[in-house]
Amino acid sequence: MTKAAPAGGPRRASRGRGAMGSTGLYVSVGVAALLFLIPFYVLVRNALSTDAEITGEEWRLFPTDIQWGNITAPFEDTMVDFGQSMVNSLIVGVLHTVGTLLVCSLAGYGLARIPYRHANKVFYAVLFTLMVPTAVTFVPGFVMVSSLGWIDSYRGLIIPGLFSGFTCFLFRQYFLGFPKELEEAARVDGLGYWGAYWRVVVPNSLNFFAAIATITFINGWNSFLWPLVIGQDPSAWTVQVALSAYMTNQTVNYHLIFMATAISILPLLLVFLFLQRWLVQGIAQTGIKG
Amino acid sequence: MSTTTTRDLARPAPAKPSKAGPRRGLRGSGTFNFWLFTGPFLIGLLIFVYVPIGWSIWLSFYEARFTVTPSTFVGFDNYRFMLENDNFIGALGTFTVFAAIIVPTTWALSLGLALLVNRLRFMRAFFRSVFFLPTACSYVAASLIWKMSIFNGVRFGLANTVLGWFGVENIAWLDNPNPPWYWLVILTARLWLQSGFYMILFLAALQNIPGELYEAAAIDGAKPGWQTFRHITLPQLRATSTAVILLLLIAAYQAFDEFFNLLSKTTWGRPPLVELYYTALGDNQDYGAGSAGAVILTLLIVIVTLFQGKIMGFGRGDESK
Repeated sequence: MTKAAPAGGPRRASRGRGAMGSTGLYVSVGVAALLFLIPFYVLVRNALSTDAEITGEEWRLFPTDIQWGNITAPFEDTMVDFGQSMVNSLIVGVLHTVGTLLVCSLAGYGLARIPYRHANKVFYAVLFTLMVPTAVTFVPGFVMVSSLGWIDSYRGLIIPGLFSGFTCFLFRQYFLGFPKELEEAARVDGLGYWGAYWRVVVPNSLNFFAAIATITFINGWNSFLWPLVIGQDPSAWTVQVALSAYMTNQTVNYHLIFMATAISILPLLLVFLFLQRWLVQGIAQTGIKG
Repeated sequence: MSTTTTRDLARPAPAKPSKAGPRRGLRGSGTFNFWLFTGPFLIGLLIFVYVPIGWSIWLSFYEARFTVTPSTFVGFDNYRFMLENDNFIGALGTFTVFAAIIVPTTWALSLGLALLVNRLRFMRAFFRSVFFLPTACSYVAASLIWKMSIFNGVRFGLANTVLGWFGVENIAWLDNPNPPWYWLVILTARLWLQSGFYMILFLAALQNIPGELYEAAAIDGAKPGWQTFRHITLPQLRATSTAVILLLLIAAYQAFDEFFNLLSKTTWGRPPLVELYYTALGDNQDYGAGSAGAVILTLLIVIVTLFQGKIMGFGRGDESK
């Protein structure tokens, strides 16, 4: 279906005025959109149904009696402390974002703008880490964090992830293109690098910061492998680890786990609705993988 | 230097003080400020990237079960163990199959969606958002929806319900590797999750193609549709395509979440990272073998990345940017 679309779609639409072409285009987009929405439909339907309806013989399009009471079910569950995992995820997500932005933007600016004899060598040391995929370093990372005694702690969940060579690289590329005149004017006014950075460079780069922040938060919220490795004790689970635990539990309360999943997605849907502009801009500029 | 002369010629008086000013005082000292700005990042990079990598390489030459400060040097035994280990080799095979399918399909789907959305006049933002929305979901959440509802092996799974209307028996999607239905589950989940993201990249690239190219082609008699797509759109998207394929490959290589959650407790269908996870952090806690595996995987991805950069011509990609 989608293979045929690029070949058929443009031809028809570029003739443009033909009602047929435009109808065909909207039909194919509409079908694709429906397919993409199925998982969301299933999620909402199950989250608001009773278990009997979910597992019933006939597929019900929507629950006959919407179970709003399901919303509190995950928080009352005794097997998985879902509320705690949401709190953990929020704290980790926010601190991860703030920390990454602070550390990586400073470094990116230093590499892009401050003259230093060995700056190139330092830059290569950063570039080298891009060659080593972060996910592969979870074994050595775990070794390091466990010997620091940071297992099951926010420190262990947050700090090792702050030093992203890729984010630093993106900031460097961005600052290379930042208009020099603005900084020079600031320094004529007597500001040093530090003052110029905070008073001129950062306030004029808020769009870029917002874009990177959005993507960093989403990645932090959705990350699973590192929290799984670090969160050995249930009290240190993030929401993704909690969801994963639901899948391996002996007893399955369908309405509960679907409601929990829906709640876990909610913060990001809000991010998408309100910050989509920055998100799209950030992705288009950077191509960061989520 | 030659740059100074050209600069002086271009902008005689005002450029000088502003250029020389910051270099003088302590606040303007390049070396001090360079370390002030980059120091925190570099210290973190050292502690959480370089030291662990070094430590891990060291561990890979030791017998290191349940300990990260081992004393028994075993040379290349851990590497031999991993490379002769059927599970680890099988995991590399799983990755190869996975990448060979997911990279081209995601590429085609995201490009197709971008071309469609790019043509829309009405409700364009709406459709873009619909295709982009799955990016908000985590792999864990998608795995749960896929495993517990859409591809649930019992009769109330959505896929089995729909197949049931056509009289098809229930399929146990994830329970056994033969026939390998689990691939359908894993591939559709990842397609759904990541296509919208790459669609955004392609959309941005499509909007950067100058309209004159199409006008010129029309004047030269090129038929809109396949001809312009083949000879204008596709070549103009070359840099983006290269980047997307590389990103997809790296992402496929790091696949963990959906395999771990969809195929929990199976011994088949494990990609490299899942295998590594069970080796290093499973019941055996074999950090030596796990580290050796991590080193092997890192070397592989470095080689593949360099190789791909070579054949797909990264230099040319940069040029057209």
